Amino acid sequence: MKFLYLPFIALFLLSSCSKSISPVDLAIDTQVLHFGNGSEPQGLDPHVVTGVPEHHLLIAMCEGLTIANPKGGDNLPGVAKSWTISPDGKTYTFFLNEKAMWSNGDLLTANDFVWSWMRILTPSLGSQYPDMLYYVKGAADYHQGITNDFSTVGVTAVSDYELKVELINSTPFFIKLLSHYSTYPVHKDTVLMHGEIDDRNGQWTRPGNFVCNGPMNLKTWELNKEIIVEKNPLYWDSENVSLNQIRYYPVSNESTEDRMFRAGQLHVTNVVPLEKCPVYIEKKNPNLRIEPYMGTYFYRVNTRHPVLKDKRVRLALAYALNRKKIVERVSKCGQIAAYSFTPPGTAGYQPDTSIPFDPELAQSLLAEAGYADPSNFPVLEILFNTQEGHRKIALAVQQMWQQNLGISVQLVNQDWKVYLAREMTGDYQISRAGWIGDYEDPNTFLDTLRPNRGNNKTGWENKEYDDLLAVANSTNDQTLRYEYLNQAEKLLISEMPIIPIYTYVKAYQISSDVQGWDSNILDTHHPKFISLERK
Amino acid sequence: MFQLIIKRILIAIPVILIVASITFFLVRMAPGGPFDAEKVVPPQVMKNLNAVYNLDAPLLVQYKDYMLNLIQGDFGPSFRYPGRSVTEMIFTGMPVTLELAFYAILVAMLIGITAGVIAAVKRNTPLDYIPMTIAMIGICMPSFLLGPLLVLYFGIHLELLPVSGWGSLPGDKILPAITLGSAYAAYIARLSRGGMLETLSQDYIRTARAKGLPEYKVVMHHALQGGLVPVVSFLGPAIAGLIGGSFVVETIFQIPGLGRFYVEAAFNRDYTMILGTTIFFSSLIIFFNLLSDIAVLAMNPRARSNS
Repeated sequence: MKFLYLPFIALFLLSSCSKSISPVDLAIDTQVLHFGNGSEPQGLDPHVVTGVPEHHLLIAMCEGLTIANPKGGDNLPGVAKSWTISPDGKTYTFFLNEKAMWSNGDLLTANDFVWSWMRILTPSLGSQYPDMLYYVKGAADYHQGITNDFSTVGVTAVSDYELKVELINSTPFFIKLLSHYSTYPVHKDTVLMHGEIDDRNGQWTRPGNFVCNGPMNLKTWELNKEIIVEKNPLYWDSENVSLNQIRYYPVSNESTEDRMFRAGQLHVTNVVPLEKCPVYIEKKNPNLRIEPYMGTYFYRVNTRHPVLKDKRVRLALAYALNRKKIVERVSKCGQIAAYSFTPPGTAGYQPDTSIPFDPELAQSLLAEAGYADPSNFPVLEILFNTQEGHRKIALAVQQMWQQNLGISVQLVNQDWKVYLAREMTGDYQISRAGWIGDYEDPNTFLDTLRPNRGNNKTGWENKEYDDLLAVANSTNDQTLRYEYLNQAEKLLISEMPIIPIYTYVKAYQISSDVQGWDSNILDTHHPKFISLERK
Repeated sequence: MFQLIIKRILIAIPVILIVASITFFLVRMAPGGPFDAEKVVPPQVMKNLNAVYNLDAPLLVQYKDYMLNLIQGDFGPSFRYPGRSVTEMIFTGMPVTLELAFYAILVAMLIGITAGVIAAVKRNTPLDYIPMTIAMIGICMPSFLLGPLLVLYFGIHLELLPVSGWGSLPGDKILPAITLGSAYAAYIARLSRGGMLETLSQDYIRTARAKGLPEYKVVMHHALQGGLVPVVSFLGPAIAGLIGGSFVVETIFQIPGLGRFYVEAAFNRDYTMILGTTIFFSSLIIFFNLLSDIAVLAMNPRARSNS
């Protein structure tokens, strides 16, 4: 019967424990930021990986020619301390910071950028972001194997600290692309010490091997547990870096992350659990932040479908949706009803479009298209990937279409990869979709719906739209450019190959100890501006 | 017994190869590939990626290559995590999962055997009904409910224990072990109660009592060994189940174990990782079943003579 006492002894020991001091409390003195990073990053090679958790890590450990402005607006100098642009907007000359160096003490020169850009454009590396550099003269040809001669690509090191880049067209958002990790430099000797230029599986990104040029340096990396980066004393602006360490936790479960935050194990969460967001809003949780995010939630319409190829049907579907009701009663986390594809305010761009909620107009459009009697309308299918949030929206849309148009709608949910495969092969009628911008410019949205773009997936092709974007992106005058883009956006909304539903927001929790964490539409928070202080 | 072990190992090899082959073709039948993403990968890039991972070869050639590598102990690279081999990832996650399973089984045995033995000895009294009712609740309560409840009380309300992590903060292994172990504790309680009841009605127990031995000696020295045989034969599949089913607890408590890799690999269509973890888990299940059979043989003379 000795066993009988054991649970009591255990309980006694447990109750005699004192309340522990949380990591967040300790961090004020140690300046260690505890960061909820969503999921385990695929890797740390900026030319190989894609994704948001990877982005958080790479902006801390590496630096491109420019860095995204945490307050929004124009990019700030990174490795390039200044730059000039030729009058035709096609030639950029970057002057590199002489103090910039690699974390192993090597000097960072213009040649490092030339070699790094050659690496990402090397076809056999299998990088997923080479098109970020397709604006550079000759880059696409080199990447597609049309030429093997990298000297035909418009990037040259004029001297150690002067880099010249020639573009095909004047590309007004080019400076913004340069804060994206795909354009970051990598340390040539380190990469080559652990593999060839095109080795995706090289071990150079492991702790101990990793060399880069950002404000933080990789210390440890324990799979599915945490990644620790610490202050890089050789960073050119290290005097202005307050944080000593950042610990990134790959917490993919939203509820676990929420509990970690409440227990003082995290300063910042990646998300707020879907069901908790409205509760936190109602209770006025002081740690909750809801900020506009450069992404659009929309429904993709398969314009190859015999019924949906008629634009009047697509418009009827769009006009029968009450977006305000969807964001207020269904998504309930501060999302903003969307009436354009590009989120309003992206780099100062305000789309001049509207999508009325007008069931009568929608019914008359449907009647015009030959469905005066909605019972003749075939049953529509909405495809979405398995997730509670998507299901709720789909249910609301189904109900609105049934009520306002009298048509029958079926919901089809699929596992993520099955959903992607069906979208890719055009095996869908309507599918839920989301698009997050890569850089702060309307082009990152509008470009996806040009013909022959892989991300179009709707089958919609419009020459006028394509021409408008081509003209817009070859003009140097930003006001004129935005006018063209606005025209393209209006054309898009009048054709409705995609039905915008809402603009994403970034909802997360943040400790009041975190200072210098500014809100911006790209949700980029450069660690060098962040500090920990309890007020 | 030695012959039995050799025989079981020889059967295990073709079983594992068949599991590997079936899994290989099943994962390829699932729609979608490892590189599909919301942002479509350009065709040129997809071609390059397929070439890098040998996915452009005919399926049978890929199968042959994979099996040849497998026989040499090479599970290949992970598609999802460039620069990581599947073997490396399995050996990173495995010790954590095994440690978690070990603590969980300890918790399960400690609570389960104690409750089961008391219930059997005090049959048809409140000391029987109460633990068995709790055991029934334990069997019915899923870990995704028990885990968060324990966290809310001990982690957030009392602030006594960390709510997540593994080996980072003091005491962070307690709640996961209790959560994972409690469902098995309930099974063990019922099994040991049944086993003990059967043993307590045997003639040799009556003899022991007739000799005038105190009751605790009868139970601890005589009845326990026979009464726990069902528990020991349950331990093999239980440990295998704990290891394979630790995914939920690993997710709730943010534990870097193998269960998470396994489930995420399936969602990511990380072919080599799915195969590697499936083969690894199959081997573990076979191994632990063998181990528990050997233990039963050692404890039960009747089974020994039958073998």
